[in-house]
Amino acid sequence: MKKVWAILRKDLLIEFRTKDSLNSMLFFGIVVLIVFNFALKSFEDNVPSVVPGILWVAFAFSATLGLNRIFAVERENDCVQGLLLIPVDRGVVYLGKMLAATVFMLIAEAVIFVFCLVFFNLTVGNEIPYLILVFIIGSLGFTTVGTLLSAVAANTRLREILLPLILFPIVLPVLLSAVEATDIILNTKDYSDLKLPLAVMSAFTIVFGTVSCLLFEYVLED
Amino acid sequence: MGRRFSSRVDTVLWPILFLTMTLALYLAMIGAPKEATMGDLQRIFYFHVSAAIAGLTAFAVNFVASLIYLAQKRPRWDDLALSGAEIGVLFMVMVLVTGPIWAKPVWMVWWTWSPRLTSSLVLCMLYAAYLLIRRYIEDPERRALVSAVFAIIAFLDAPLVWFSIRWWRDIHPSAMLETGGLSPSMRPALVVSWAAFQLLLIYLLRRRYYLQVMRSELEILERQIARIV
Repeated sequence: MKKVWAILRKDLLIEFRTKDSLNSMLFFGIVVLIVFNFALKSFEDNVPSVVPGILWVAFAFSATLGLNRIFAVERENDCVQGLLLIPVDRGVVYLGKMLAATVFMLIAEAVIFVFCLVFFNLTVGNEIPYLILVFIIGSLGFTTVGTLLSAVAANTRLREILLPLILFPIVLPVLLSAVEATDIILNTKDYSDLKLPLAVMSAFTIVFGTVSCLLFEYVLED
Repeated sequence: MGRRFSSRVDTVLWPILFLTMTLALYLAMIGAPKEATMGDLQRIFYFHVSAAIAGLTAFAVNFVASLIYLAQKRPRWDDLALSGAEIGVLFMVMVLVTGPIWAKPVWMVWWTWSPRLTSSLVLCMLYAAYLLIRRYIEDPERRALVSAVFAIIAFLDAPLVWFSIRWWRDIHPSAMLETGGLSPSMRPALVVSWAAFQLLLIYLLRRRYYLQVMRSELEILERQIARIV
């Protein structure tokens, strides 16, 4: 656990000093919101029903940028050699990286969500704890498999370009459940319906967290 | 080298495949009765379903071969995994082409986002992504490792994709098979065309696998020559 924390702290420190990925993640997320505003011209009448989808597309796109950086950082100055030399299980490296990516994604989500409230004139109050829960589980589902696939993409000649192509088909269940859950919270307010999407996201996170942890050693670039 | 792959299995398999396919074609087009409401259009169903089953089998082959590769690291398993993925995509494309041809006159639309359609499409995309990853890694060993990891993730993802989109409205005529609603007079056509597609799968897998083994060996030889020169 301490080892995981060491890797997580390293990544957080680098990020908070350079702010490379957070800046681009936030900016891109907000750009997506604005683009959607123009792309869906006539949606003023039913804003609440389209917001969950728009929100998660913005989250997913900005997360892809963040996930790409998570290994690009190591490639600079051959830092990956140092990472490989750490005498710990590869699963520990994975967990550290995954948690770092989750933290970045959650920070980006918080800011994008605030912008979303402003742009689409929404008010939330009691829903916030539920939203936070959905955001956390959804982000974990995204980053568990995203961190592994980011390492996979880093192995290829295309690098950053490949990640969204291989990531989006895989995370479809999470994306779908997250949109569904957000829709329930913002629109129908029938919180007992949340069980199913939350269960799908949790199952996804647990299955792919475990599998990625075990398979990570095969895809780490050497 | 060529002799090694022209095995006796194929000389037996090839005529059997030919006969089964001819029989399947006959049964589906002429033997099976005309469907009451959909008419002759329904006949595409025999190939549609059989291709879907063959495609899923091919993806299962890819999954098992990838698992064994990770355990044993023998390049032959990677060759088999690649063959499985490629032929699986081929069959899934067949499914995705025959589906809309049938759906347009019956459902009045080419495509609808029902769970089964969406899952088939996503499945096809997952394995297209697998082939894409392979394309962009040069080192054979690295390519085998990384793509095996992706293959395992993709295969485990398939049931989750299916369950997560299940709560959507499904208009796909799946109940017909599950409840045994298919008329007994149509059953021979389905069974034979299922068998024909499974045989076709085996045949194609073998051919593709041998081709891949040769390609891998050629790659190794080329590397050796490059080192000498």
